[in-house]
Amino acid sequence: MIAGLALAIGVIVGLVLRPTVPHWIEPYLPIAVVAALDAVFGGIRARLDGIFDSKVFVVSFVSNVVVAGLIVFLGDKLGVGGQLSTAVVVVLGIRIFGNAAAIRRHVFRA
Amino acid sequence: MTDDERLHEASSDPPAESTDGPESTDAAEPTSEPTSEPTVEPTSGPAGTSRRPHLRAGVLIGVLTAILGFAIAVQVRSNSSSDSLSNAREDDLIRILDDQNARAERLNQQIADLQNTLDELQRSGNSDAVAQEQAQRELESLQVLLGTLAATGPGVSVDITDPQHKLKAEDLLDVVEELRGAGAESIQFGPVRVTTATSFVDTGGGVQVDKQQLIPPYEVLAIGDPKTLDTALNIPGGVAATARNAGGDAQIVEEDEVDITARSTVPSPKYAQPGGR
Repeated sequence: MIAGLALAIGVIVGLVLRPTVPHWIEPYLPIAVVAALDAVFGGIRARLDGIFDSKVFVVSFVSNVVVAGLIVFLGDKLGVGGQLSTAVVVVLGIRIFGNAAAIRRHVFRA
Repeated sequence: MTDDERLHEASSDPPAESTDGPESTDAAEPTSEPTSEPTVEPTSGPAGTSRRPHLRAGVLIGVLTAILGFAIAVQVRSNSSSDSLSNAREDDLIRILDDQNARAERLNQQIADLQNTLDELQRSGNSDAVAQEQAQRELESLQVLLGTLAATGPGVSVDITDPQHKLKAEDLLDVVEELRGAGAESIQFGPVRVTTATSFVDTGGGVQVDKQQLIPPYEVLAIGDPKTLDTALNIPGGVAATARNAGGDAQIVEEDEVDITARSTVPSPKYAQPGGR
């Protein structure tokens, strides 16, 4: 509930403020967003499973973002930034799909 | 399981201590891989937990998700902005730049080629035009000299009277020869244009010039340097003297503009063909 509300508020603030993305963060922002989405879906699933822990959620959220950013950063330094960010997006995408499937089973019983 | 215990620990103790221990392993796993091991996750549910950490966790989650929403909005906006290059990666940009450079080079090469072609065509077109103009001028001057074209220019007009009909064709030919010798470029004898093939034939009471019967007085027009022509005709023992000896006279008038309108026809060669140059 709080999370959904906060998400909406964040979107609205982002739309209203129209901040320009700082240059150094540009390659990492999309990856960070996907990583955070993965954490959010995991959290939703845990909530539906009845095993949600806010501490676990917060830490996984932050660590997901940080690790994804680090991987891409390292990839950039190694000259394979494009490929690594693709890899991260693919992995996170698979996990999001898996979580989404579990959520779907909970919600629709199917 | 130890879920409840652990949770109680976490909530009662200062978070810094106990958080790090179980979390680093647990945190990464349950949320990230709920598909495989959802059971590891501790339940947050039991009503016995204290109110304060719960609230704090809620605020933290709210902040994080707000940041996520904010980031999504920002990213979507910056991604949909018209300048898609501004958030491209460095190596992508380099590749794009290389592509553009190669393309520019190709296009420049093409421009240079086309420019060369254009120059070439213009030059050849110009030289063609010049050559044609020159040929045309040459043709006209040859036509003037040949007598197939009307001509105009400074020269003399000569009136030869011969009341006693004593002037022979030979004498009249002398007039033409004298004029030619003095550099006359175009000569008209009576109504006849004098060319290289013009003939003078004696007949009773006059001459036939190119099969045309002429009777005195004869009018001769010549284009050339007027002074020279005048002098040539007036030399002692020359044309004027001959005419006077024959009882007639030769009136020579220098003119600024003599119009020679008579034209000759030149037969096209039957046997001779233009040879190699």
